[in-house]
Amino acid sequence: MNAVELAFALLGAVAVGAGALVVTTNRIVHAALWLAVSLGAVAGMFLLLTAELLAWVQVLIYVGAVVVLVLFALMLTRAPIGPTPSAPAGRLAVAGAVAAGTAVVLLAALLGTLGVERLELSTTTDGAREFGTALFSGWVLPFEVLSVLLLAALVGAIVLSKGRRGEDGR
Amino acid sequence: MRLAFPLAVSALLFSLGVFGVLARRNAVLVLMSVELMLNGVTINLVAFDAWWSDALHGGQVLTLFVITIAAAEVGLGLAIVLLVFRNRATSDLNDLGLLDERAEATEGNGDVTEPGVAR
Repeated sequence: MNAVELAFALLGAVAVGAGALVVTTNRIVHAALWLAVSLGAVAGMFLLLTAELLAWVQVLIYVGAVVVLVLFALMLTRAPIGPTPSAPAGRLAVAGAVAAGTAVVLLAALLGTLGVERLELSTTTDGAREFGTALFSGWVLPFEVLSVLLLAALVGAIVLSKGRRGEDGR
Repeated sequence: MRLAFPLAVSALLFSLGVFGVLARRNAVLVLMSVELMLNGVTINLVAFDAWWSDALHGGQVLTLFVITIAAAEVGLGLAIVLLVFRNRATSDLNDLGLLDERAEATEGNGDVTEPGVAR
């Protein structure tokens, strides 16, 4: 195990551990903050996989925007700050069984077929330049379609949160 | 680097997200679990992009798209959750049984519409 693999394993442990706390902790606000830790560790993994630009996009959009948005939603829905009762045991058992089954199937399928492969990480320092060139040469049309999708989401969020017409005198 | 590391992390994150979606009752927490699943997928995409040494960087571009769509999804999803909270004063998914015929038949379940309309 070389240094990159060791760092990746540590970040993976942080991401999975924080993710486990996200789905099990009884305090809702703590879950949101553990989500930030987990997503930050994923950004570190992107960095190790030589996707620098994606790592910073992950930090900016996920850790920055999405987690803040979730925290705002928790505040606006008056989520309880203190511990909340956990789900009934039967439901936890079913969820745990399905999740364990998913994990076993995914791990068996992925590691069984590709577990022995090794990936050669590129050693160039201008990965962001290559990525940007690829994005704006081969992927321009999907990129532009995505901007339309973002606009639609923006309009939809405004319409949803504006409230019903006539309700408040407009 | 062995490809097994990213694959294992992504599979575990995805399974944790599945557990969260099934076990959690608060709608915001369910959305957070969906984010965990999406992150499991994006780790796989970036790892396969690096493994393949793709000149078009399909995996990384798709990851960027997934992040963007996740941001849009969270924005709209939270707007819907806030709207539901404003109308029904709850964000507990168990209480949102207006379209559930069984809940309708047994008790009103705190619904705000006229009784008898949906029967």
